[in-house]
Amino acid sequence: MLQLSDVKYVYNAGAEDEKTALGGVSLSVKEGEFVALVGHNGSGKSTLAKLFNGLILPTEGSVRVRGMDTADKKNLFDIRKTVGVVFQNPDNQMVASIIEDDVAFGPENLGLPSAEISERVQWALESVGMQDHRRGTPFRLSGGQKQRIAIAGVLAIKPRVMVLDESTAMLDPIGREEVMKVITRLNREEHMTVIMITHFMEEAALADRIIVMRNGLVAGEGGKEIFSNRELIESAGLELPLAARVAMRLREKGLKIDGDITLPEELVDALCR
Amino acid sequence: MPIKITDLNYVYSAGTPFAKHALKNINLEIPDGEFWGVIGHTGSGKSTLFAHLNALTRIQSGTIEIDEFRLVGNGGKKPKRKHRPDYKALRARVGMVFQYPEYQLFAETVREDVAFGAKNIGIKGDELDTRVKSAIEMVGLDYADVAERSPFDLSGGQKRRVALAGVLAMHPKILVLDEPTAGLDPRGKRDILNLITEIKSALCPTVIMISHNMDEVAEYCDKIAVMANGELKFVSTPRELFSRADTLEELHIETPCVTALARELNGRGLNVSVAALTEDELVEEILRAKGANA
Repeated sequence: MLQLSDVKYVYNAGAEDEKTALGGVSLSVKEGEFVALVGHNGSGKSTLAKLFNGLILPTEGSVRVRGMDTADKKNLFDIRKTVGVVFQNPDNQMVASIIEDDVAFGPENLGLPSAEISERVQWALESVGMQDHRRGTPFRLSGGQKQRIAIAGVLAIKPRVMVLDESTAMLDPIGREEVMKVITRLNREEHMTVIMITHFMEEAALADRIIVMRNGLVAGEGGKEIFSNRELIESAGLELPLAARVAMRLREKGLKIDGDITLPEELVDALCR
Repeated sequence: MPIKITDLNYVYSAGTPFAKHALKNINLEIPDGEFWGVIGHTGSGKSTLFAHLNALTRIQSGTIEIDEFRLVGNGGKKPKRKHRPDYKALRARVGMVFQYPEYQLFAETVREDVAFGAKNIGIKGDELDTRVKSAIEMVGLDYADVAERSPFDLSGGQKRRVALAGVLAMHPKILVLDEPTAGLDPRGKRDILNLITEIKSALCPTVIMISHNMDEVAEYCDKIAVMANGELKFVSTPRELFSRADTLEELHIETPCVTALARELNGRGLNVSVAALTEDELVEEILRAKGANA
């Protein structure tokens, strides 16, 4: 679905303040996969998000979406229909003064019939629990509510790949859980490919695969067993999920706990046999 | 009693079809020297409430007393002359750090950016230089290294520290932070929370932190205020609040991960206290329970 080959990205190349954000990243994401991208602030995660749908082009190497090279301008319309990106700050993602118009912006650009546009808008707003606000204005909403509108705007395009760049960071716990439920449902039931950039290790542990970024490079990847590699996780500025931290400390104190522990239920099972 | 809020009400867009009663009869006292956490869903009124404290939001009805300052509502109109305190002095007393404060940096150098607020309240000369330098050092940045650099060349976490230093240079006695850890990586989160604890003991005795992260408020705060639909629903210690499963359920508050894990273990027959709030407490509880079982 997505293929990055030896991608380098340099901000302000050639200038005095030149900064290498990605130092040669190769990775591929399969159709229907749920991938979490984690790493410290400044590790290159957000640069990757912008590369996935051709918002920026690699300085070296290539990014392909279903085989289409993002560097080829004539592919861009199809690429952006395929890969939707939701960013961190919803204020930068609002285009209209009425919520349903904002959500309709994407499907309108796809040239869909108006009946289908309104159906998609309705569905997308329901998916994020904001249908009651459809005739309101986004500018009066709180940060978390705005972010749900931004997610609905991308959902309405029905992309095959959804990239969430810390899109839950500004939501409250229940808002975050709602969004996570929508995303996991779209992934499981509609096989939407999900790439989620997050600082919440508990969220990352739910993904099929976790990619750890460190200083512009892939430092490691794998299933949730990757959290047993404490050195890798901590060197990337991250923390182990709570259950893993507690298990580790109990073991240090001499308590015997079997198996890899990442999720709370695993720790409970191990302790309460 | 530095902060006393009495019968505070606030309506957005009053008199229009969009009118929204954002704060309903808020009564609250926050004593000196405490670390308060404020929780509640998006749109519950938390930010509106605390934007009142330094008169960024004009008070409509009710009163707010902060030390010698007194804000009295005048039905949404400009307050009467006798009810207009020295706003500059009030804003120096109550420091506000907004969500993603790094987006508000604007000056050409870190030094100028940090100096801006203090300058506005009339600090100048050597006093200004001293305050700027010590604020930058207090947030853990190297003055010699960053002072003359553009704030935009710094990393996200450093930018947030610069924004915080700008508020500290005004020497506030009350610090209000709106989600100070949002968007930071786990280590950055931990660093900022420890920094806030240091600032509290060194400079600014009263801290109010708006947060969506229950683990954070459970571990760091003395008291928690819960907001919902514009009302103040509950004020208590974290231990009391988070040990009341029914209250949490009723107010739709997420249980801190630590407490949830403790409850789960307890439910499965391991004798750990369900009031555990921090990782240290939970580890100790498990060891104690396991020791007793063995």
